[in-house]
Parts: sequence; structure tokens; C-alpha cells
Amino acid sequence: VTTFRTAEEIGHTSAGPRPLPPLGEQRAATGLSTVDTTLSNGLQVIVVRQPAVPMVELRVRIPFASTDPMHPARAEVLASTLLSGTTRRDRVGVDTDLALVGGEMDAAVDPERLSIAGTALASGLDTLLDVLADVLTSASYADDEVRREQERLVERIAMAKSQPSVIARQALQKHRYGDHPATREMPEAEDVAKVTAAEVRDLHRAAILPRGSVLVVVGDVSLDAVVPQLEKALSGWTGDGQAAELPSLPEVSGGDLLFVPRPGAVQSQLRLTAEAIKRTDPRYPALQLANLVFGGFFSSRLVENVREDKGYTYHARSHIEFTPDGATLLIDTDTASDVTASALLEIRYELGKIFLTPPSETEVDTVRQYAIGQLLTATASQAGLASQLVALATQGLGMDWLLAHPARLQAVTAEEIASAARDFFAPVRWTGVIIGDPAQFPALSVLGGVTKQ
Amino acid sequence: MAAPDLHTFTLGNGLRVVLAPDTTSPVVGVSVHYDVGFRSEPEGRTGFAHLFEHLMFQGSESLEKLAHFRHVQSSGGTFNGSTHPDYTDYFEVLPSAALERALFLEADRMRAPRLTSENLRNQIDVVKEEIRLNVLNRPYGGFPWIYLPPVLYKTFPNAHNGYGDFTDLEQASLEDCAAFFDTYYAPGNAVLTVAGDFTVDQARELVEKHFGDVPARVTPQRPSFAEPRPQGEQRGEHLDPHAPLPAFAVGYRMPDPVGELDGYLAHLVLAGVLSDGDGSRLQQRLVHREALVTDVNAGAGLFGPFEARDPDTFSVTAMHSPDVSIDRVLGALDEEMERLATTPPTDQELAKVTARWVASLHKEHDRVVSRTLALGSFQLLFGDPALIYQLPERIAGVTPADVAGAAKLLRSDSRAVLQVVPAGGNQ
Repeated sequence: VTTFRTAEEIGHTSAGPRPLPPLGEQRAATGLSTVDTTLSNGLQVIVVRQPAVPMVELRVRIPFASTDPMHPARAEVLASTLLSGTTRRDRVGVDTDLALVGGEMDAAVDPERLSIAGTALASGLDTLLDVLADVLTSASYADDEVRREQERLVERIAMAKSQPSVIARQALQKHRYGDHPATREMPEAEDVAKVTAAEVRDLHRAAILPRGSVLVVVGDVSLDAVVPQLEKALSGWTGDGQAAELPSLPEVSGGDLLFVPRPGAVQSQLRLTAEAIKRTDPRYPALQLANLVFGGFFSSRLVENVREDKGYTYHARSHIEFTPDGATLLIDTDTASDVTASALLEIRYELGKIFLTPPSETEVDTVRQYAIGQLLTATASQAGLASQLVALATQGLGMDWLLAHPARLQAVTAEEIASAARDFFAPVRWTGVIIGDPAQFPALSVLGGVTKQ
Repeated sequence: MAAPDLHTFTLGNGLRVVLAPDTTSPVVGVSVHYDVGFRSEPEGRTGFAHLFEHLMFQGSESLEKLAHFRHVQSSGGTFNGSTHPDYTDYFEVLPSAALERALFLEADRMRAPRLTSENLRNQIDVVKEEIRLNVLNRPYGGFPWIYLPPVLYKTFPNAHNGYGDFTDLEQASLEDCAAFFDTYYAPGNAVLTVAGDFTVDQARELVEKHFGDVPARVTPQRPSFAEPRPQGEQRGEHLDPHAPLPAFAVGYRMPDPVGELDGYLAHLVLAGVLSDGDGSRLQQRLVHREALVTDVNAGAGLFGPFEARDPDTFSVTAMHSPDVSIDRVLGALDEEMERLATTPPTDQELAKVTARWVASLHKEHDRVVSRTLALGSFQLLFGDPALIYQLPERIAGVTPADVAGAAKLLRSDSRAVLQVVPAGGNQ
């Protein structure tokens, strides 16, 4: 018979607890060389040489908003068939050319933008750019490709709409923005079925425009060579006017949470939101750190409370969501059904507490170090840096902002963080939705501030 | 792909160490792989290996509950852990100034984790929520990794649900935890990997300082999980209350990844030829030409390749309209397999798969976290972290005839077919 030590014995050694080693000297990231310029067709390009591996990453953001109610359906079909063939390549040809240089390319659309992401071996940059230019200038949207993609989309939409997270997101968007185009993150299946190939071609011509769009290239490239290379590859992509940005969003104001019944659900989705500020606002670094203290990372008050202390959830977080000219705070967690009201009570408790008990010195030090360290690790890979840069470009920011941000975080004072916490996390500023089994509503209504759909 | 600067050695207590210095970015990755995964958990304790992974974050002799997270994050880093069929990994990625801290944190929990009933109860609740989130409350949750193995395999280690039944999880005791730790978490049963911005001398000294006095313990004999291949086609069904469309997974056995690596790689290339990109065989025919399915994917390993020892699973998954019968899709799949078995793929088809593999290996290397974890798991499973950097050449060496040979081995009379049946409307 094998005998084992007890848990008590395992947890102790004769030497006893040891002190945490101090941090060493931090070396700064070596300077990355970068170019930020505009091509003759009006396209902004940001190129960063980052030669750690012989690869190249490419991101394109084309503002792609519209108030037309049919736009989401047409845009979705467009994004799904953009890579399905051009005048020079059929669907298989696009994939073959990319594959032979270790490449991939995807397109996706949301109410704000059309995004194209690509990657390839650095030696295949020419091919990658040629495919990109080809789809941007001569995507053909063949009738049969469009028809088949519509059928698949209808099924995919049905699938997506059965996901609790998607149900919750749709309910939240509608609750806070009503009928604004920003709420149409996923088209209706019946609208998708109505789209014609001709409409998609028209949309491409009218809305895929270089002016107002941005292309980010990160990787093992030569800065001197790459700008002329981009100019040459993309000079045929032209168009009148400016790519369309999303209309301004109405400000989110505080109010009752909306309860959306989902009979039989074993978990509830809680999604709370409040108005916030953009990265360009001088108070942004303070808000970024206040959000981390609240629920922005694992060692936050919210996660330590509802997950590590109460065990209500596997996942809870708060974060800042950016739109081209604004930002909101979001809190989201999925909890076991029978603790829905308890979880809401704890979230409200933490919202009140961050005002009454502002972040301590230790909390401030922790989030400051975390935020600075995250910038280093998140931008250490080509793909990470490319994604970060295209997100910043949405708000007109670039590499300069990224490089200067550690110093901004370093300079924020505890008072500024406390003040941001007070101004942005005050409980009266929040609203939101709860998706859950109807049996949970009575307990929520006892807590108050929750209305049934 | 040139192998980077790799240094491997073993401490006196048996801990294997992989150092991979690379000063491109001022960040480091630290991981510990323990040679135990959910295939090793005892009957009646399904989900225990994963539950235990959660407990390893709950404090150790020098670290109160929550201290691990706070120390990593206040150093600017991130952390996580994950449980696989044959191993469990723990890792941190941090600015390089925090290297010693990360080593301290990993050594402290390898030496003396704080296992308490209170933390066990709390983490059982957290794990149950994780399962509700990822499996019970979402369409296709657990598909195919939970539902396919019991159709393809007969023995408990290979067939059971690695996330665990709630009843089993609730019965986990502190004694189970102590026995599991004592058995499997010995330094001689683990691999420590450090990758990124450091010097070898400095790292070697710090590793010795923090891990050198973790007492050696007996390391367990690793069992064989081998079992015979299925006789005939085994069918199973899973009712999914949230799924809007029928789906299925076909599972085949494949060569031993460690003992028959070249055969395994031929299957990997076959998976690419079948389903990687619009030009692949199954995408072209099933999705685009005949529109029988909305999605199809073929792959080696239910969590990705190079992630388990023998027996490992080759799978084909697809989602299809209710108007199309599963047998029609299976018929088309079998025809494509047969076609590949009799007429080898073209050189260009292989060139595409090879180039994409090379690219994905570069990308994996570029992310410190994936580089660290890959080095650790290759040391653990293959005894050779440098093998990663030989893969492009080995994959490029796979011939059309090898791929045809792999297709021939995936026989319809020795496989499992799991059907997902939508069973609850669109709620």
C-alpha cells in the first residue's frame, strides 16, 4: 500500500516561507523603426520593421458604416465573398497563391469597419500585396459564389444567434443604443437571403475607398523598400470620397437593467455599461488604471470577489470599448443561474466601493506595473503589434502614442485614479441587461433597478 | 528553420530544464509541464487533473491565496495553466525584470502547494461554472473533444470526459489532492522552460537557486494507454439542446506521434490537403461545389497536433443542414479519402500545406507564450525541444505517396462517427 503525505504536510517545509525576490533591471524595448505616411490614393499606411521571424503581418481597416437598414446584410455577404474570386483569380486561385507563400487572408465586417487581415512569409510580401490589391480592385462576387455564401450565412447566423454571448450582446446594444446602426452587429437571416450579387458589387464600388482607410504592415520588411512597394501594388485602388465612419453614438446614461428571459438557461449573462472617454482624453490613463483595479484583470476587486471568494463565475471582467469617436465601460460575467441576483449585488457593491474606498497604494502600484508590462508583452509579437496599431489608428493614434504610453501611465497619481473611479464607476451611471432563466427574475426585482422585457 | 540557442540540463532532483535565450524583445516566458493529464485521473474522479490545476493557483507555502496572480500581474505579466490528455502546463509571460519572480512562484508551488478544503470547495464551484460556460450553456460545447472519445475508445483513460462529471468533481477530497500531488507533481516528472530575454548563466543560476532544493521524489511509472483499434464503424449520438444544426465528428486512430513521427506527419499533411483553405479537397467539394456542409475541418489531435502521446485521434468534423443526410456527407468524405488513397496528391497541394506549416511555426515562435509552451511540451513528449525546428524539413519531406498511404489507413471500417442532434430548438 502506498501512503501519501497529508495536504498539511505537503504545504510546509522545514525552511518555512521564503521572501519574494525583487524585480531586476528592466531593459527597454529596442527601438522599432517605423514609417507613417499616406499613399497617393489617400490610404494611410503604417509600417513597422520587426524582423524577429521572417514573416509579415498586414491589417486593413476600411470605415464601412451606413444607416441603410439593408447595409448589414449586404456588408456581411460582401465580407464573406470578398476573397471568393477576382477577374484574375478564382476562389481556389486566391487560396493557392496565398498558400504557396505560407499566407492567409480573412475579411470581416462590423457596423464600424471592414477589416482585412493577412499574413505570409516575408519573402511572399509581393504575392500578399498582389492578392490584396486584386480583391480590393476587382473582386468579382460571382452570382453562384454569392448565392452559396448566402445559404451558408443564413445557417451561420442561426448558429451565432443561439450563443448566449451573442444574445446578450444584441440585447445590450439595443438597450443602450436603440436603433442606431452600431447595434446591427449581425444581419437578419431574412435580409441576407434578399441580397443580390449586383448590390454587393455596388456596395464594393461605393464604399471600399482608400481615403479614410488605413493599412498596417508589421514584420521582417525593409522600410525603404516597402513604401514604394505599397504605392506600386495599391495605386490601382482608387475611388471618390471618403470611407464612411460610424455616426456618433448617443451617450449611455444610467438606468434600470433590462431582464431578458431565456427559459431553461443554466447560466445568466450580466452585461453592464456606462459612458467613458477616448484614449486621447487626458484622463484616459487614470481611467485605464481605475478600470484595472475594478475588474480589468485577474487580480481585480471584481474577480477576487465573485470568482475567487464566492465561486459564482469562471469569468468576470470589466473593460473599455472604443468606437471611432467615443468609448464605454463594460462589465461582463456569466454566472450560475441560482446566484444571478447575488452576483448583481456584488457588482453593485464593488461599484459603490471603488468610490467609497479608492484604490490603495498597493493596488495602484500593481495596476501601473501590469499596464506597462502588458504593453511590452502584447506588442512583442508581429501579430500583436499589428493588431494594436490598427486599433489605435481608429482613433487617429499611432506608434508615437504607443511608445509614449508607459510614461503616461507612470505619471498618473493615485488621486487622479481615485477621481476617475469616482467619475466613471459611480453606480448611478450604469445600465445594462441580464439574460437568464425567468425563475431568476423575482430575486432580481427584489434587489430593484431591474425591469422585465 | 534554424534551431535557436537551446540549452537543456537536469537538476539533481530530476527536474528537466530547457533554456532558450532570445533577446529580440525584453520579455520572458516561464513554464512548467507536469507529466500528468486527464488520461491519468482515476475512475470515479473524472475532471480531477483539471480541478487540481486550478488548486495549484490557490497558494503555496510562501504565497497566500491570490498572491500568485497578484505577484505575476504586479510584475506586468500574465499567467495561465491548462490541462491536456497527457500533461498539465503552468506558465507566465513577463517583462524580463521579473524572471526571478516567476521562477520563485513556480518553485514554491512545486515544493509546497497550500491545499485546503476551503480552496477545493471554491474551485469546484469555479470549475463547474467553467463547464457550464464552455459546455452546457453553449451550442456544440464539448464538441467533439468530450463526446467523440467514448465512441472511438473503450478504456477509461481514453474514453472519459476530461472536464469531469459534476458528481465526480463534488466528491473530490483533500486526500485525493494530496495523493495526486505526491504521485505526479515530483520534480522528476516535470519540465521547466525559460524562453526570452536572459543570459544562460544568469538563468541557470536562478533555476538552481529556486528549484535546486525541491526534494526529489519517486517519479511514477508512466502507463501505456494503448488499446486496439475499433472493429467496424462505431456510431454514437449526442443530443445538444442549444445546437441549431446537425453536426458530426469522425474519429480515426493515427500513428503514434512519438514512435512513428513520420507516419504521424503524413497524417498531418493529409489533414491540410483535406481541409486547409478554399483550395483543399473537402472545402472545394463539400462546402463550395456540392454545398453539403457549412463547415468542415480535418485535423490531427482533438486539441491540435503534438499534444498527446499514443493513442491520438485524427478527426473530421462538419456541420450540415438538416436537409442533407449524414450518410450523404460521409459518402462524399469516403470518396475523397479513396481518391487520395489511389491517386496521390499533387506536388503543389503538398507545397501549399508545407508553406503554411512553416509560416505557422514561425508565428508560434514569434509569440513568447507559444514558443515557451511548445519547447516544454516537445521536451516532455518527445524528449527533444529542438525537434520543433526540424519540423519544417520533416514536413517538407512527406511525399505524395506518404499522404496516399495515410489516407489508406483511415478506414471507414475502423472509425467512430459521433452525431450531434439538435434537441431543443433555437433557444
